[in-house]
Amino acid sequence: MCRRCHAALSSREPNSLSRVWAWLAAGIILYIPANIYPMLLTKTLGVQEESTIVGGAIELVHYGAYFVAFIVLFASVAIPVAKFFAIGLLAWSVRRGSSRLSAHRRMQLYEVTEFIGRWSMIDVFVVAILTALVQLGFLASINPGPAAVCFALSVVFTMLSAQSFDPRLIWDSIEEGERRAER
Amino acid sequence: MNNTPVIPVRPDKLDKLIACPSCDLLQNRVIPAAGKFSRCPRCHSMLISNKRNVIDNTLAAAVSTAILMCAAVFFPFISLKGAGLTRDASVMDAIGAFTSGFMAPLTLAVAAFIVVIPVLRATALFYALAPLRFGKPPAKHAAKSFRLAMALKPWSMAEIFLVGVVVALVKVVDLADVSLGPSFWAFAALVLIVVFENSTLCKWTIWRLLDPDT
Repeated sequence: MCRRCHAALSSREPNSLSRVWAWLAAGIILYIPANIYPMLLTKTLGVQEESTIVGGAIELVHYGAYFVAFIVLFASVAIPVAKFFAIGLLAWSVRRGSSRLSAHRRMQLYEVTEFIGRWSMIDVFVVAILTALVQLGFLASINPGPAAVCFALSVVFTMLSAQSFDPRLIWDSIEEGERRAER
Repeated sequence: MNNTPVIPVRPDKLDKLIACPSCDLLQNRVIPAAGKFSRCPRCHSMLISNKRNVIDNTLAAAVSTAILMCAAVFFPFISLKGAGLTRDASVMDAIGAFTSGFMAPLTLAVAAFIVVIPVLRATALFYALAPLRFGKPPAKHAAKSFRLAMALKPWSMAEIFLVGVVVALVKVVDLADVSLGPSFWAFAALVLIVVFENSTLCKWTIWRLLDPDT
């Protein structure tokens, strides 16, 4: 126990890597239905259309809203996929005890991953506000599809995965290397 | 294995040392000049930021977050006009978007991310810091509530919601006329304040102030 803030203390988080892998696997598994199932169910004049995450972004390109399409693709495709790889790489490099990336680079990778992960939630909020706003009866209405839940859970799980990672592990391998060199 | 620390640690001099919260390097503590901040020499994480009025700034931000959130929740947020029909949506409607069927838990999550957690953080910060502002000793659970506020930081997503709203507006702006209500502006102001709060808050300084031993 910390005598100042009463948090549980540990030199290194126990089972950090196991928890990282478990949350990461859950996140990746849920990311698959998040992309297969529709995110938005749009009804215009009685005709129902379904759009997935990528489909919604392509629709934005058709409107000519390239920048917004880019934000959506970046937040819901590029960030999650990059995050899966980044967390996997970090955990893998700690287990192997070495990496082609320097510890400093890996620390930067960890910080970026932790900071940017929450921004993937954008698409869930887009669905929420569209559903709330576009309820014009027969003319047009929008409802959320099952992908919204899968996607939200995938984002939460990868956030938990990044939080389970103990960044001090990155630096332990260096100190071990220094000690080995000293002897 | 050889476990000699980098610097010989003397128990009576512990206060002169700081361990980097990110990489655990033990080093001599250097309090930066006013307005500056210090970084860990090994991993470059921020250690101490010496800003003036930390408590005043944080308290001001917490109080205004709570007030603006009330406005954001209860005033109209956005309204849509098309083909003679008008639809007003409030933040509450956006939260209630997922109430049908198996998606219901997502409603709770969205409510937590955009309303409950930001308000809870503001309340926890206020509870922890208000007594210090008036020269009184910290409240009974001040340490616990400050720790809660720090743990909730990544889960407070008001700013992400605002970006989501902008993306949604681009999607519907061709479909119908959109007008922004007072709640939208309250929310935008709230986001600016949260960003300001996060940039001025130095955990190290506040923990020292909360600790009766230092």
